[in-house]
Amino acid sequence: MKELKLMKGNEAIAEAAIRAGADAYFGYPITPQSEILEYLMAEKPHERTGMVVLQAESEIAAINMVYGGAACGRKVITSSSSPGISLKQEGLSYIAGSELPCVVVNVVRGGPGLGTIQPAQSDYFQAVKGGGHGDYRLIVLAPQSVQEMADFVDLGFELAFKYRNPLMILTDGALGQMMEKVWLQEQKPRMKTFPEWATTGKTPDRERNIITSLDLDSAEQEKFNMKIQEKYRKMEAEEVRFETTDTEDAEYLLVAYGTSARICQKSVRLARDKGIKAGLLRPVTLFPFPKKILSELAGKVRGILTVEMSTGQMVEDVRLAVEGKVQVEHYGRMGGIIPSPEDIVDALGKNFLK
Amino acid sequence: MVENTGISDIVKDENLVYQKTKVLTDKVMHYCPGCGHGTAHRLIAEVIEEMDIQAGTIGVTPVGCAVLMYNYLDIDMQEAAHGRAPAVATAIKRLMPDKYVFTYQGDGDLAAIGTAETIHACNRGENIAVFFINNGIYGMTGGQMAPTTLSGMKSSTSPYGRDVQMMGNPLKMTELVAQLPGTWYVTRQAVHTPASVRKAKKAIRQAFENQKLKKGLSLVEIVSNCNSGWKMSPVEANKWMVENMFPFYPPGDIKLEGKMVGKE
Repeated sequence: MKELKLMKGNEAIAEAAIRAGADAYFGYPITPQSEILEYLMAEKPHERTGMVVLQAESEIAAINMVYGGAACGRKVITSSSSPGISLKQEGLSYIAGSELPCVVVNVVRGGPGLGTIQPAQSDYFQAVKGGGHGDYRLIVLAPQSVQEMADFVDLGFELAFKYRNPLMILTDGALGQMMEKVWLQEQKPRMKTFPEWATTGKTPDRERNIITSLDLDSAEQEKFNMKIQEKYRKMEAEEVRFETTDTEDAEYLLVAYGTSARICQKSVRLARDKGIKAGLLRPVTLFPFPKKILSELAGKVRGILTVEMSTGQMVEDVRLAVEGKVQVEHYGRMGGIIPSPEDIVDALGKNFLK
Repeated sequence: MVENTGISDIVKDENLVYQKTKVLTDKVMHYCPGCGHGTAHRLIAEVIEEMDIQAGTIGVTPVGCAVLMYNYLDIDMQEAAHGRAPAVATAIKRLMPDKYVFTYQGDGDLAAIGTAETIHACNRGENIAVFFINNGIYGMTGGQMAPTTLSGMKSSTSPYGRDVQMMGNPLKMTELVAQLPGTWYVTRQAVHTPASVRKAKKAIRQAFENQKLKKGLSLVEIVSNCNSGWKMSPVEANKWMVENMFPFYPPGDIKLEGKMVGKE
C-alpha cells in the first residue's frame, strides 16, 4: 500500500526502485549518492522482492552489468555521480546501440575532473546530447523534489521499456541529500514474462536472440541509425513534459530545471512582490526538450533568463528553441554553489531592467 | 554416363559416425584457415548439444576476433564491450541463476582492458564459465602486442621483439586467477592436435557441468595459434606454438575442485 515517509532523495530513489519491481541494481560508491547502494543493501531487497543488488568493482563494471541484465529483458537500474557517470558513457553508448531499456541516475556534483562533492547541474550537455560515442540520445528526466526522485524511477522504467532506450534521471547532490516527505507507491510485482527480444535462452519455438550494437555493413548501420533517430523524433512528439508557473501574464520568463527550478519558484514570487511580472518554465524532460512551449512563450515575453548551476548549458537549447525571437540570458553559479532566490531576481534586473 | 556409386546405400542413419552439431549454424566462419577459434567454437557447441542445454545457455562474446561468435552458435548471445564480458555475464547469471552462462574472450579482451572485470568476477566466485583464447597477439586489429605476447616475440607494435624492460612482461592471467578463492576450476588446454582437442572438449564440458555445483568460476584457457598475426603457415604456427608458447604457458590443470594442483 501507499506509504508516507520522510526520506533523503537518494533513499527515495532506492526505495522506489524496489517498489517499481526492479530486478537488479548494480552500482559503485561515489559521493553524493552512496546512500542509494547503502539503503538497498540495508533493505535486503533479495528478501523483499528477489531483486538483485550488487556492488561492482567500478562504474564501468556496473554499467556493463546493467547491459547484461537489461539484455535479459529485466528492469535494471544503476546510479552514480558525475565522474562515475563519465566512466559509464561507453556502456551507455552500447546500451543505446543495442536498444536496451534501463534507468541510470546521475546525482550531479560540480566538475570538471574530480571537482567537488557539492551539487551542480554541469552534466546537462553530457546527459541530453548522448554522452558517449555515436549518434544516440537518452530520455532525460529532471526531478525537483524528493517526491519526484521516487516517482521518476517507475516512470523511467515505463518510458525506457516503451522505447527500448536508456533513460537518465538527472538530479543533483542537493536533491539527493535533502529530506522531504514522500508518498511511496504500492509494491509492484516483478515481471514474470519478458520481451521477445530478450536473451532468456533459445527455445525450439523461436530463432536465437542476439544483443549487439555491431553491424559491419555500412548500409545496415546507417539504416539502424535512421531507425533510432525515428525513435527520438517520436519521443519529441509524444513525451515532452514541463511545468509552468505564472506564465499567463509574464513579461519575463525564467527557465530552469531541478534544484534551480525549485529556487526559481521563490524568485518568481519575490519578483512579483517588486512588481516585476516574472514566470517560470520548468522542463521536466530535458530530452525531449520542451521546444514548442518555449517558442510560444518567447513570442509573449520581453526577456528570458535561464538559471542553471553551471556556466550555461541548457541556455543553448533555449536559444535554439527561441530562434532569436527574444533576448535570452543566463545566470548560473558553479562549483557547488547554489544561487539564492534573491540572486536570481537581481540577475533578472541586471539583464533586463537596467 | 555416371555410374551408380552406391552412395545412397551408404548414407544411412546406422552408418553415421560424425556430423556437425546442430548448435553450430551453417554460416561460414570468418576465421583464417588454421586458426584455433573455429575448433574452440565447435567444441563449445558440441558440449551444449551433448548436455542438451541449448535453451538453457546464454553466451557472451568479446571484442576481438570472436566478436561475431553469435553468428556461428545457435543460442541466445550478447556482445559485450571490450573486456567487460565477465561483468555482463555476472548480471545474466545473477538474474537467471539456473542458466548456463559463459564468456568467450581473447587475451587482449580478458587480460588487458578487461583485467579488473576478469579478476573481480573470478574473486566473487560467479558461477560462470570463462573460455580464454590465448594466442599472444591482437588478431582482429592486425597483430599488435598483447599482454600475453612472449618476451622477444615480434608483433606489429613490437616489431623488433617484445623488450620486457620497455614494454613490460607477458602476463599469466590464468595462474593469477587460480590464486583467487572464487575460482573452482582453472585449466590450460590447446586445440592443435586430435588428442589436445579431445582434452580441451573435456575441460569445456567440465566448465559447463561445474555450473550445477554453484561453487565458483571455471576458467579454461586455450593456447591457440594466430598464423596470420604470427606471419606463419598454419603448420609452422602450431610448431612454433608448441616450441615457444607451451614452455611459458604449459597446458594442464592448474586448479581442480577449488584446490591448486600439485599442492597439499
